[in-house]
Amino acid sequence: MLELTIKGSKKYYGWMTLVLGVIGVGFCVYVWQLLQGLQITGMSRDVSWGFYIAQLTFLVGVAASAVMLVIPYYLHNYKAFGKITILGEFLAIASVTMCLLFVIVDLGQPMRLLNVVLHPTPGSVLFWDMVVLNGYLFLNLIIGWNVLEAERNQTHTPKWVKPLIYLSVPWAVSIHTVTAFLYCGLPGRGFWLTAVLAPRFLASAFAAGPSLLILLCLLIRRISNFDPGREQIQSLAKIVTYAIILNVFFFFCEVFVVFYSQIPEHMDHFKYLFMGLHGHGALVPWMWTSLGLMFFAIFMLVLPITRRNEGTLAVSCVAVFVGTWIDKGMGMISGGFVPSPLHHVNEYIPTVPEIAITIGVYGIGVLILSALFKMAISIKEEVAA
Amino acid sequence: MESTRRKFLKIAGISTLGIAGANPVLDAFASEQQHGGEEEQHSQPVEIQKNEKALKAKQWAMVIDTRKFESAADLEPIIEACHKIHNVPDLSEENQRHVINWIWEEEYKHAFPNKAAKFLDERLKHLPFPVLCNHCENPPCVRVCPTKATFKRDDGIVLMDFHRCIGCRFCMAACPYGSRSFNFRDPRPFIEERNPKFPTRMKGVVEKCNFCAERLAVGKMPACAEASDGAIVFGDLYDPESEVRELIGSNYTIRRKQVLGTEPSVYYIV
Amino acid sequence: MNKRMYDKGKILSGLVIFVLIMAFPFGYNIIAKIVTGKAVAAPELILTEKAKAEKECVMSKTDMKSGHMQLLDEWRDHVVRNADRVYVNSKGKAFDMSLSNTCLDCHSNKAEFCDRCHNYASVSPYCWDCHIDNPKEEAKEATE
Repeated sequence: MLELTIKGSKKYYGWMTLVLGVIGVGFCVYVWQLLQGLQITGMSRDVSWGFYIAQLTFLVGVAASAVMLVIPYYLHNYKAFGKITILGEFLAIASVTMCLLFVIVDLGQPMRLLNVVLHPTPGSVLFWDMVVLNGYLFLNLIIGWNVLEAERNQTHTPKWVKPLIYLSVPWAVSIHTVTAFLYCGLPGRGFWLTAVLAPRFLASAFAAGPSLLILLCLLIRRISNFDPGREQIQSLAKIVTYAIILNVFFFFCEVFVVFYSQIPEHMDHFKYLFMGLHGHGALVPWMWTSLGLMFFAIFMLVLPITRRNEGTLAVSCVAVFVGTWIDKGMGMISGGFVPSPLHHVNEYIPTVPEIAITIGVYGIGVLILSALFKMAISIKEEVAA
Repeated sequence: MESTRRKFLKIAGISTLGIAGANPVLDAFASEQQHGGEEEQHSQPVEIQKNEKALKAKQWAMVIDTRKFESAADLEPIIEACHKIHNVPDLSEENQRHVINWIWEEEYKHAFPNKAAKFLDERLKHLPFPVLCNHCENPPCVRVCPTKATFKRDDGIVLMDFHRCIGCRFCMAACPYGSRSFNFRDPRPFIEERNPKFPTRMKGVVEKCNFCAERLAVGKMPACAEASDGAIVFGDLYDPESEVRELIGSNYTIRRKQVLGTEPSVYYIV
Repeated sequence: MNKRMYDKGKILSGLVIFVLIMAFPFGYNIIAKIVTGKAVAAPELILTEKAKAEKECVMSKTDMKSGHMQLLDEWRDHVVRNADRVYVNSKGKAFDMSLSNTCLDCHSNKAEFCDRCHNYASVSPYCWDCHIDNPKEEAKEATE
């Protein structure tokens, strides 16, 4: 089936060349980072994790959201999703790959990466994160491949794939739970020290992932002969609606606990993010934008008229995706480190090289996603013809 | 001990075979004269031991009597003694974000952020507090490290294995005391005068205070304690006869963020 | 059954090119030998006076040649992780397990003793990123 990824129209080739160019630029900057060390990033002694780990966190969510297609189709026999589950699984593959790459670009000594396997440490959440992310990648590769191959040959998927599909459901939940546990088990980091972090991560994931999928479905309908289907898109829209409402609800649970209890160690991080602290407030406009976008999206998604119209639905999906991205990809990590445990306020602002490497990694994700979607769509067109 | 020796001999044997198979490398050794036969005279098993003079403890601990400090000038020689013998680079002028600290000074409100009273005693308010790794009895940094590059020794010291650290900085997120520094760049250009007896670090690894493990191994007290003129006392927390126990038993001591349950081993008399 | 090989020419020439590229180092040595009359010269190990006077290292010469890397690896684990710093060899002689302070005390000529052979064998151990490679010189400079 892979041959389908290298056969395509001029537009496809042009797109892939463009993406490869972006990856190339990112790679060159990464080589520079290897030589110079992480000094080329905006990270510091106080804010020791930055953009890279934040993107990892956000993308684990996008990856986990494939389960929002798998559950209705395989557990509730909702046939309509049969057409598009493969898209969810392939989106998961691209996202998890990016997650693993973001871990690697964040390491100070990437050559020693295998020490995690050579000296396995079950007490470390990062060890488990590695296990679950790799496991999820392989699960989706195996499932996606077999399902698509069966579709191409117009047969049933092999029987042994079914248990793997069922396994992928709790596994998807686990990847984002473990990622939340990276943060919420740390003493002295009041912003993350909350049991609602994992549920909040999952809620924002199940909003961000499916909203991206809706946008991708609308795009696919435009540029190919495969129509993911109106019903499918509408069902996804309902999932996004519930999830984004839950996400905002969890956020307000957190805000209530923090501001009603008035414990400074928990409150100061929120103050920094939404009001600024001791004259530092680089993220304040971003955080309000994020919150604004999420509220706007809820309004647009709850109103049947704007949800059913695919044009306005697309706008809502962009709002959800950008809103949750700012929340997790910018605020979530910085917010935990500012102020520092010694109550110093040292802000973090990513540097240009750091952003270039980040875009490069996203480029690799886009490349994988484009190739896999191209393969899936070609097969769907082939079967239809 | 025996198993590691056997493992070593096995690996040595295998690599001998490997080298025998690689001709050009063998040439290198052949270019030197061989006089075999003189080895294996009276061989005894190889042994790996501790230094006879090495100091031992169940849990090393430190008591810092801050009553003996008046100004930053009192801390300077202590910090310098530590940073000099451990080849700690000085990046404070280059880039404040990349600073590396093993022991450094903080104001009371930063060293003890949840103990800062509103109208604090003037002396305490301006007194520089020496802060360092607390060598916690229940260290969160050790818990999170994915490679056991940071680990707790039998004598309670929380140590870094710089050979193994992958630079993920999880330990820095886990430490509630900001005791860890990351080498964002090659530290060597920023070490004014190197101590040839002690290694430097390389870029991409995390470092912190090691309670002078290398000095304890040869029977010496930590450098900061030595340079402190009696303000810093070091000893075994679980030896009722030790000087640290005597001080803790006869003075009111506080520890940093005790409420977190990490059980810091550095005690302050204020 | 048809056992004909398709694209025979392409496959075979591809294989030949692959083998040639992979065998390049061997070929290079053979040609160099023919041209210059001898193989690329193996580096000569140079011992300092102190090392010569000692006669033997912590292990026999052959063991050191083949296994100094494993020995150092064991040493670093013992020193760093177990705080065991003394190595008593098979002749009962004790050594402080330290690369900079024990090994380089005798072998103070790192460039001639370590680097030459490492370069020749194309290995680049990163010991010296942290361990100071000429502690004696630096100590002298410091006191001056």
